[in-house]
Amino acid sequence: MSKTINRREFLKRGSALVAAGSLPLSLVEVAFGKAAGENFTFAYISDSHITHVKGSEFVRNWDRGLIRAVAEANLLDPRPDFIFYGGDIAQLGKAEEIDHGLEILGGLNGKVHYVMGEHDYYLDLGDYWKKQLGPDHYSFDHKGVHFVVLNSILTFDDWTNNKWPTAAERMHQMARLDNPQGSPFMVGDAQREWLKTDLEKVGKDTPVVVFSHSPIQKIHKGWNFWTDDAEQVQALLKPFDKVTVIYGHVHQIQYNQIGNISFHSAMATAWPWPYPSTYTQVQTWLPKLTVEMNRADPFFERDATGWQFINLHTGNVDMSYMLPDNSNRVVAFDTRAGKPVDTKYQAVANRIPPQTHY
Amino acid sequence: MQRSLVWLTSIALLVAGTATVAAPLGLPPVPVPADNPQTAAKIKLGDKLYHDTRLSADGKVSCSTCHDEAKGFTDHLQVSKGFNGLTGTRNAPTVINAAYMTTLFWDGREPDLEGQSKQPPINPVEGGLANHDMLLEIVRQDPEYIKAFREVFGADAADISIDDVARAIASFERTIVAGDSPFDRYFYGGDPKAMTEAQVRGFALYTGKGRCVSCHRIEQTQALFTDNRFHNIGVGFKSIQGKEDETAAAFVKEKRAGANVDVTVLTQANMSELGRFAVTENITQVGAFKTPTLRNIAVTEPYMHDGSLKTLEEVVDFYNNGGRLKDTDPVSDFLSGGIRPLKLTDPEKKDLVAFLQALTSPEYAAQASK
Repeated sequence: MSKTINRREFLKRGSALVAAGSLPLSLVEVAFGKAAGENFTFAYISDSHITHVKGSEFVRNWDRGLIRAVAEANLLDPRPDFIFYGGDIAQLGKAEEIDHGLEILGGLNGKVHYVMGEHDYYLDLGDYWKKQLGPDHYSFDHKGVHFVVLNSILTFDDWTNNKWPTAAERMHQMARLDNPQGSPFMVGDAQREWLKTDLEKVGKDTPVVVFSHSPIQKIHKGWNFWTDDAEQVQALLKPFDKVTVIYGHVHQIQYNQIGNISFHSAMATAWPWPYPSTYTQVQTWLPKLTVEMNRADPFFERDATGWQFINLHTGNVDMSYMLPDNSNRVVAFDTRAGKPVDTKYQAVANRIPPQTHY
Repeated sequence: MQRSLVWLTSIALLVAGTATVAAPLGLPPVPVPADNPQTAAKIKLGDKLYHDTRLSADGKVSCSTCHDEAKGFTDHLQVSKGFNGLTGTRNAPTVINAAYMTTLFWDGREPDLEGQSKQPPINPVEGGLANHDMLLEIVRQDPEYIKAFREVFGADAADISIDDVARAIASFERTIVAGDSPFDRYFYGGDPKAMTEAQVRGFALYTGKGRCVSCHRIEQTQALFTDNRFHNIGVGFKSIQGKEDETAAAFVKEKRAGANVDVTVLTQANMSELGRFAVTENITQVGAFKTPTLRNIAVTEPYMHDGSLKTLEEVVDFYNNGGRLKDTDPVSDFLSGGIRPLKLTDPEKKDLVAFLQALTSPEYAAQASK
């Protein structure tokens, strides 16, 4: 009896129980930044990998993923102050792919800030992307928070400029996983110098949010879930009270805490990657805080893809993962523990077991 | 006479026990809630309530008005007609095998048949009663009901509750189960001749190129032909296309202000298209509706939550074009990742329809041939 009532109540009050993981429509009041009363939210979409086939034909699945994320993000109410796009609009850096992706992203209601991904970069070294979208590293202040965007997918000049017969070959090589001919991502000396100067004018008690395509931490080198000079970038961020790094590239949920820096990854709208820990050929450094998603159902092409709705309160990030055909998740900063935790599935007993029937 | 024989058989199945008695071929035992066990008297009472048109505002609408046994427990209308001919927004789903559903209504807003059965009598475009008390007044004054409720629930006339009414109707509905279709006899009964050659080819398409089985599931020992989940397959979105944001915001505002979801989704066409979102407010479920069973699909036309597809041929075309009737129609931005163009040939489409016609149970076979 009580079970029945509970279930009925759950169905009816589903919104209250899952509000944090679904659309907090009309209910979001995010206390954020230093100035009281300046509440705001933003959305984050990443890794669409729009792929040109020929003529006006593009891979349908990746188009649909981005179209759906844009449509869903447009339902956020109140409107987010802006939307971030986390990189890899394109699959092989082609102008057609960037144009097609930007056309779909043009459907977003609101200002979009862009991050450079390696799939946008290694064909023409980001020329077309920059022509359309501007600089690949920049910063701005918004309602008491300092936002920084880095291009973290650069690599050694020699690899970039001297190793490959064609630009297309260079793009293909950088797109491969476990590539012995590959090269690690890095922010590089010039951008780190720029970052150092940029941060000099920012108060240490100002919350800082950094966007990069690759994680500014070292997880799995073979897939470039990695930034080679991560420690040097982290050192520049260390003096600040509250720092969050949000990255794309990994197509899965990851979160971690290193000192004062919280790390959050974003889902792809295109496809999910497996977790390095399930990929047993190589040692993995997947952060221990991460609760891995249940295995995707391959029938539902959107399963284990998605996008993010982000609350920053008291300067820390709560990531709401919007996961079509799956259970939405929220990874929130736990002020007592001093690190981000999955609000529902952190305890092993609460996790959704992977599917086993195929 | 024929009908009562069917009921008696079903009653025998259920009353003897909930988990051990064999269900019709191809179906699992009917799940029965612990707080509402099946009894013959309760089922009979539910039958009477189910068919009682007095329990509506104009005295002409009962459960069976829209869920008519002679029409595969549907009404064969695009959207159902309530009292005074008022229409809602949704196509009447069949009651056949609703006993197996883990949520009720197209958007799953009720968890069981008990909860479901309480809504239509007081919906302003269905039964039209202002409240449950109006229904109970009629029941409490009817000597037959008084006798039956005392026997079944031990309740005096004044104590007859809407929950008891709902329990009786749900018990009756749990007897409306039907398997033993040509497909069941072919797949579970081991009779290779039970389906035609076209149906056998259609079955292969159903589990293969047609991708149907991923949502309309078939298991090793039984088949409910549903995953009890919610998907946006591209039906009905055009009326809110480009206005999803304002429609969702307006809906949530009304809901916060106390609006009844059951009333809102049946009376406001735009908000109806929000689908499962109306219940969960999860924006990944905008336009998602429950996967219906396909059992007896050949006798429950028209199809989809809005009754927008008239024939099984149209349904197959709709899926074949990736969530649209014509391949020139727009596709919903919120389309499920499971829906994509199938590239079925014309003969394949015919075979798939033939297979869907193999899902009709013997009780309803005569309706299919009409």
